[in-house]
Amino acid sequence: MEAAMGLMRRMPPKHSETALSALLSLLPDHSSDLLSQVDQPLQVLLDEESGKEFILCEYNRDADSYRSPWSNKYHPPLEDALYPPAELRKLEIEANEVFAIYRDQYYEGGISSVYMWEDDNEGFVACFLIKKDGSKTAQGRRGHLEEGAWDAIHVIEVAPEEEGIARYCLTSTVMLSLTTDHESSGTFSLSGSIRRQMNMDLSVSEGHLCNMGKMIEEMEGKLRNSLDQVYFGKTKEMVCTLRPPSEVIMRLPDSTGL
Amino acid sequence: MAEEVELNPKQKKEIAKWFLLNSPAGEIQYVAKDLRLVLNDNEVYDEAVSESFPIYNKSHMICLQMPAGAGDVLVTSFGELGENEYLDPRTAQVAIVDHVKQVCTEVRPATDEELSSAYVEEFRSALDVEILKYAGEAYPKGVCSVYCTKGKEVEGPGFNFELVVVISACRLSPQNFCNGSWRSVWTIEFQDEAQVLEVKGKLQVGAHYFEEGNVQLDAKHECGDSTLFQSPDDSAISISNILRHHETEYLASLEVSYSNLPDNTFKDLRRKLPVTRTLFPWHNTSQFSLTREITKELGIGK
Repeated sequence: MEAAMGLMRRMPPKHSETALSALLSLLPDHSSDLLSQVDQPLQVLLDEESGKEFILCEYNRDADSYRSPWSNKYHPPLEDALYPPAELRKLEIEANEVFAIYRDQYYEGGISSVYMWEDDNEGFVACFLIKKDGSKTAQGRRGHLEEGAWDAIHVIEVAPEEEGIARYCLTSTVMLSLTTDHESSGTFSLSGSIRRQMNMDLSVSEGHLCNMGKMIEEMEGKLRNSLDQVYFGKTKEMVCTLRPPSEVIMRLPDSTGL
Repeated sequence: MAEEVELNPKQKKEIAKWFLLNSPAGEIQYVAKDLRLVLNDNEVYDEAVSESFPIYNKSHMICLQMPAGAGDVLVTSFGELGENEYLDPRTAQVAIVDHVKQVCTEVRPATDEELSSAYVEEFRSALDVEILKYAGEAYPKGVCSVYCTKGKEVEGPGFNFELVVVISACRLSPQNFCNGSWRSVWTIEFQDEAQVLEVKGKLQVGAHYFEEGNVQLDAKHECGDSTLFQSPDDSAISISNILRHHETEYLASLEVSYSNLPDNTFKDLRRKLPVTRTLFPWHNTSQFSLTREITKELGIGK
């Protein structure tokens, strides 16, 4: 397993789906470990009843069916399937509505889904998912991207409340890839994935959704910033180490005697 | 997705090769080490490795040290004489290479048939001198070589021939979780009748940063130019000026791509702040009615 994860850390992130299915076929006995530890780009299905798309993940899957957060129905239909209890389903409905607005404000498009379920120690778990295709043929408003994908997975474990305080453990993963293509500069492609955790003890007076939302918003901001500044910045630094862009090069034409 | 059928050795090998060939610059040995454990089948592993390493080494144009201070040799398809034999035109030596260990085990002098004619060699070595100067200045870790890829037997004017310039710069810094490579391949057609040199370049830059994550740059560019067919020395200077010009411009365009990221490119994926330019009003959402109001206020109701 460790070696498999080592391979995932080195393969180009834009090929993570291929890499994962290759590992699954090499290590069939580890398939559940692989599926839970390796993040892959999110898949989408249409919920015909609501006319809205929803995101598929391990958390809304039962057998080979996936539950839509909009109609609460499994696709394809499944008998004796698992559903969240009524109280939690109420929070899930609200979370989906609010998160869709949040998503629209930050992403100007995209698809979002929120799933909730009870965990074993009387708390609950919520999974917030966002998928955005930012390519110019999809929802990239500015038309900069030949190809552009952003997948965010936020899983929050909420412990049972004690004296008005609950502990929230958030694990977030962002996978993205972007490609620009211009005649003068060729194809320029960056892809990557990072995962971070954040734990907080918060008063539940404003409600779970408010607390979870704030944590996700803060985390997404941090992840976006570190991808942009740190991770992309490091690859740029590497390019400039390979070929320093200093004035040295600018004065070279003189030194050739022309 | 999880196939339950047991793979046959050939399928396993193909998968193993996919991993090896997709290794970032300087990382194939690490990938091979992990792959051996995942495969748990030495026969398949050995086959995959012996088939993949030569391809990887040539496509990454790795640089190997020749024994006994004989200098460096680039492993490229342009200098390939046999499966494990690579010509170093500068020193007229042939390096015998162990692909999997990525070392040069011995060298032998090149035979006359393996080298260019005296006429072509004049152009080749003059260009080599200029490129060596340029690459040395532009790429701190750059290694370059000039090969004759067509018409090496041409004895004098009246015939076409072709030279290829390769510049390969690699920086491996695993302790800083960062590796990268710059590869340039320039093909120069010496067209005798038209008295023109057609220059075509393929540039490829990759970088991998993997501290608590995995982010990779993959950039490619092709360009072309032409100049007059002149004496060996003058042709060499013209060509190296063309290379310098295009590569400098390409680096500048990469910098522009990077500087466009935060405010333009990245924005099409996710904005830094919402369209409202303030953080999302989560505290208002606990009341269901307010949700609708937000929707209405922003005019994004469906």
